[in-house]
Amino acid sequence: MATIEIKDIIKKENLVYGKTKILTDNIMHYCPGCSHGVTHKIVAEVIEELGIQDKTIGVSPVGCSVLAYNYLDIDWQQAAHGRAPALATATKRLMPDHYVFTYQGDGDLASIGAAEILHACNRGENITVIFVNNAIYGMTGGQMAPTTLLGMATATSPYGREVALHGYPLKITELIALLPGVAYVTRQSVQTPAAVRKAKKAIKKGFENQAKKIGTSFIEIVSTCSSGWKLSPVDSNRWMEEHMFKFYPLGDLKDSEKANEEDYKKYIE
Amino acid sequence: MGELKLMKGNEVIAEAAIRCGCDGYFGYPITPQSEIMETLMLEKPWETTGMVVLQAESEVASINMLYGGASCGKKVMTSSSSPGISLMLEGISYLAGAELPCLIVNVVRGGPGLGTIQPSQADYFQTTKGGGHGDYQVIALAPASVQEMNDFVGLGFDLAFKYRIPSLILTDGVIGQMMEKVIVADHKPRWTDAEIQKISGTWATTGKTKNRERHVVTSLNLESEKQEIHNHHLQAKYREIEVNEVRFEEFQTKDAEYLFVAYGSSARICQKSVELARAKGIKVGLLRPITVWPYPTVRIAELATKVKGMLAVEMSAGQMVYDVRLAVNGKIPVSHFGRYGGVIPSPGEVLEAMEKFIKGGK
Amino acid sequence: MAKVRGAIDVDKELCKGCGVCITACPTHVIELAKQVNGKGYNYAHMENPEACIGCANCALVCPDSVITVYKINI
Repeated sequence: MATIEIKDIIKKENLVYGKTKILTDNIMHYCPGCSHGVTHKIVAEVIEELGIQDKTIGVSPVGCSVLAYNYLDIDWQQAAHGRAPALATATKRLMPDHYVFTYQGDGDLASIGAAEILHACNRGENITVIFVNNAIYGMTGGQMAPTTLLGMATATSPYGREVALHGYPLKITELIALLPGVAYVTRQSVQTPAAVRKAKKAIKKGFENQAKKIGTSFIEIVSTCSSGWKLSPVDSNRWMEEHMFKFYPLGDLKDSEKANEEDYKKYIE
Repeated sequence: MGELKLMKGNEVIAEAAIRCGCDGYFGYPITPQSEIMETLMLEKPWETTGMVVLQAESEVASINMLYGGASCGKKVMTSSSSPGISLMLEGISYLAGAELPCLIVNVVRGGPGLGTIQPSQADYFQTTKGGGHGDYQVIALAPASVQEMNDFVGLGFDLAFKYRIPSLILTDGVIGQMMEKVIVADHKPRWTDAEIQKISGTWATTGKTKNRERHVVTSLNLESEKQEIHNHHLQAKYREIEVNEVRFEEFQTKDAEYLFVAYGSSARICQKSVELARAKGIKVGLLRPITVWPYPTVRIAELATKVKGMLAVEMSAGQMVYDVRLAVNGKIPVSHFGRYGGVIPSPGEVLEAMEKFIKGGK
Repeated sequence: MAKVRGAIDVDKELCKGCGVCITACPTHVIELAKQVNGKGYNYAHMENPEACIGCANCALVCPDSVITVYKINI
């Protein structure tokens, strides 16, 4: 058997997997191993697979992913801190045939923007929310987030988060799942190939739900921040699996195909 | 054309919005302007023109809904009163930074803090000197009648889109709650997608098609040199507006020896005070800024060479008077008379203040 | 029995050497290079190219989308 040279394999006709065209050629500013990169990629792949580039409006937050608009080749609005769901609400209501998603971190969504996300979800806005939860403020230098676990050391909880001083970590996704306006609430991660495939499926469902007009789709991605956590990217993934998944367990919290008015009616009838 | 009606100032804002083809209203209840959203909800324009009306969870959400809607090239507006506008200032700064056209209505009430629900003009600084962070301006129109409440909705949108800038109607509970005759404009249809492409197609987030680059609406520039260039661009635009868009009205200024300078409801009161003064043989006139930004600085400077003194009358502790003094530049005496905290001055006490000013020169 | 051979093409100048592809690879193909790229990162490369089955797991978890995957049947 003749030896096969690598250059014989690396040919256009043998391509199995490459970068989606929805991702731009801009070099991502994220730290090595950052979960944002993978999450961006699967959102981009979903947009390409659904063929909705010309109908998709992204709303970027304040935080590390403020510059998401540099990486996905779609129209973007960059929101004030926490307000992405308000922008998305108006955008979707004024252009109901477009696909509108917010991309928010845990500081943006669960702290300063808690009111906006709860009310947008409660109104059942037909938008998709991508919530990247790495339990820390990455961009400002690793401060405590509302989702920081107890005992976790950050720049503003240097001796570890303690209840008396800082209160409990916030399970915002569980709160969201209680709201009748949401159709689909799920918690995923992107640290292994299997997890990436599942997360992508969830995001795809979140976008497809917009066409069905059945309410808000909310996808949390439990993520790492190796710079903030002061661990290597590989160790961060391991730490996430061991600690984050205990408090933020993966899986669907709500998956509804029909009108959510049922949720309300069951209480009053 | 148009239609003659008897309406409240606040109600006519809603009526004018529907009739001028507004695409969306996003607001939060606060006295004394809640009739605006109430009227819209009663009228149900989503069934006729397709206009979206939404009661948001807060003023903060409302102004950010404007940011989202304006990013799509849509005609969007909100309304509130002083404490609510304070909450919106961050959003207004973002709108100005991202050069988004929109209309904001401030039916001013007495402050500071929760203050009173009665009329006031104490948000002049907030409106004309930025209010939020950064170097920015909004075009500010100050109606003095229910008719102008109607007219400035359409004008506000026109100017907002002409310059890609937020427009603000600076009014108060007097004009908002007052009923007057008003001719409302005929219905104009909302812009079609094709019209939006023509007007805002170079920047609006309507979906990235194959034949253009992606559009990003942002106020962020991490490189300070680029941010300075953006600031230069904004400042150049503001200078252009100062040249082109100053609006004011004069009342008996031709032979006037002394001048009232007042806007909005104060100007209505001063108009009566001018009549009372003239009846007593005192030659008084009135200059009413219609745009409080851009301010009629040039005209006030001209009038400063003709009159002996100017009295700024405001329902505030003295805010616009600073702009009068800057325009007059020390040539003649300038003073201020104000009632505030929700108290409206009477024409008689305004005249008294003028007589005192003439006597004492201050 | 049809056998496959895969290969990956790493854009080594864009790779940040995070190493998550190494743990994702089921056949231990990838290692970080001893050399560094222009940014100073030890970039990912095929240390054992013969073992590659073209499963694309590495590319799937790559945050910077710098891995392109190819496969042939042999």
